Amino acid sequence: MTSSPPRTLFDKVWDAHVVTPQQDDTPATLYIDLHLVHEVTSPQAFSQLRERGLRVRRPDHTLATMDHSTPTLPRNAKGIIPILDAMAAAQLEQLKQNCDEFGIPVYELGSENQGIVHVIGPEQGLTQPGMTIVCGDSHTSTHGAFGALAFGIGTSEVAHVLATQCLLQSRPKTFEIRVDGRLKPGVTAKDIILAVIARIGIDGGTGHVFEYTGEAIRSLNMEGRMTICNMSIEGGARAGMVAPDDTTFEYVAGRPYAPQGQAWDNAVRTWRQLPTDEGASYDRSITLNASTLEPMITYGTNPGMGIPISERIPDPASIGDLSQRQALEKALNYMALKPGQPLLGQKVDVVFIGSCTNSRISDLRAAAQVLRGRRVADGIRMLVVPGSQRVKRQAEAEGLDKIFREAGAEWREAGCSMCIAMNGDQLQPGQYAISTSNRNFEGRQGKGGRTFLASPLTAAAAAVTGRITDAREMF
Amino acid sequence: MPAFTTLTGTMVPLPIENIDTDQIIPARFLKTTDKTGLGNNLFADWRYDDDGNPRPDFPLNQPQYQGAQILLAGDNFGCGSSREHAPWALIGYGLRAIISTRFADIFRNNALKNGLLPVTVDQATLQQLFSLSTEDPATAITIDLASQTVTLPDGRTLSFPIDGFARYCLLNGVDQLGYLMQQMPQIEAYERTHPDRVNTLQPQ
Repeated sequence: MTSSPPRTLFDKVWDAHVVTPQQDDTPATLYIDLHLVHEVTSPQAFSQLRERGLRVRRPDHTLATMDHSTPTLPRNAKGIIPILDAMAAAQLEQLKQNCDEFGIPVYELGSENQGIVHVIGPEQGLTQPGMTIVCGDSHTSTHGAFGALAFGIGTSEVAHVLATQCLLQSRPKTFEIRVDGRLKPGVTAKDIILAVIARIGIDGGTGHVFEYTGEAIRSLNMEGRMTICNMSIEGGARAGMVAPDDTTFEYVAGRPYAPQGQAWDNAVRTWRQLPTDEGASYDRSITLNASTLEPMITYGTNPGMGIPISERIPDPASIGDLSQRQALEKALNYMALKPGQPLLGQKVDVVFIGSCTNSRISDLRAAAQVLRGRRVADGIRMLVVPGSQRVKRQAEAEGLDKIFREAGAEWREAGCSMCIAMNGDQLQPGQYAISTSNRNFEGRQGKGGRTFLASPLTAAAAAVTGRITDAREMF
Repeated sequence: MPAFTTLTGTMVPLPIENIDTDQIIPARFLKTTDKTGLGNNLFADWRYDDDGNPRPDFPLNQPQYQGAQILLAGDNFGCGSSREHAPWALIGYGLRAIISTRFADIFRNNALKNGLLPVTVDQATLQQLFSLSTEDPATAITIDLASQTVTLPDGRTLSFPIDGFARYCLLNGVDQLGYLMQQMPQIEAYERTHPDRVNTLQPQ
């Protein structure tokens, strides 16, 4: 028997990576196991290294991919994905040069393993339980689904990790989000996380790391858990974690970077020690009941402005707090929606299936399940953007691309696409999109564009009818 | 990093909650490989109309707020992405401090590493500052980091919290990468006692 006090999953991963402990006036130095790099937030960090004559300390712990500013246009006759934007082309070339100069492996545009940074880490088996993982991208929280401590960093910190493999960090607080019970059919991981954020607000998790617990979380597959952890940052938490279990180990086993043979057995033995000890306490806790959840959709301009799909948009007049009322009025004005209006039946112009939230094979299968034998409604543009080249090949092997194409959707190359709209895929001013991505901020999907966030099932149902629709009516 | 000790200056009010990094600097401006030039596109979609002309009703465009070095913003400033382009754009425009009731974690970290001071005050104080800056845009306040205080024109002083290490680095212009590099012996010792968890150069 050990006499040490019970610890949470977060405590265990944090403690195992402390190089120098936190003091009253100095943060901890935390060792980083895996650093993922992409073209948008890294160039200035590499420049800083060059200015100081520093090298990348652990290129063997570092991997780069091209995803944010990459086009997702179909390949040309030579099999090349055309880059139409000169600035994007220069940024991608810069990443390639930086990686070559500093000895970092890079998955280039269109190459067999390229994809969204938070899709490729898990699918390559690089993302493993108990690790610390960072990337200059706030959705790095995705990797917490494996029981890793994974969070987004700025470009200065990218330089810190490149040069030292470490970060200066103050210990965050812990926040348990417990989801009991079982989801009803047609209600998904995306609906859980949109319901969580609607409840706690977009700054509810500031200063905290979430741990998602409970039967509903345990029942999800890894891709569902990734969807939930991905949007932790939309609830204000830099990281979200799920304790690793057999579902985790089955997902990781056999992937290119997963341990093998005796090393695998040793790893699993270690990983089984990670779940939160009985009696360990969190700084905050909330509980949701999965069985009462409905498909969720957002109506406003931040991810916390979400409601069950059959409910009506809240009325600002019913809100007592002045600044909150004004925020809702501003959001509804931007969205050109009315207080008390139902969302069911609301017309959309564009349907986007993709992003680091919902672009994995199970997301594409869900959307295809709705579209099989049906057509995208007249006048609706539907983009289906797989999260990686590997997901794309898998989907094509299963014939999902055929379902999407025959329905009238565009089947694209892998990338961030219309989630961030810095790569040619974007809304026109005033257009409404229903999107499986993570942010509905003003202009996020293109200047003047308006976004409804929802699950792949809900988005695909809207593609068929041209209007916001409860997908459960289509099964 | 430039040091921050004291700042006396005027304020520009942006009384909007949850100003996210996509509003601070829209993603289409992130194709640069440089840190400079972002100030022109700070708050681009609120600041300019579709033809690229300044919107006269946006505070940053109003003559009475030109030269302000302190931004007043509603709750939860800087939520959203990790883009350090957000503080680069704010600094590029000429801002040196932001006052709000709450800052998103990643934005706060990024701001502090660039000498941009996030000052957290309570809601009542923020509302008071909004009123002061609206009623008399020439109102100047003084932010003193060493004493962690904001001094109003009537002499009243408010204190604000800040992480001790961030305060030390800002006051002395300490570069955190240099600080980390000094820990190389401890980092090497950690590596000697902990097996590598991943090797991206060699698939298993």
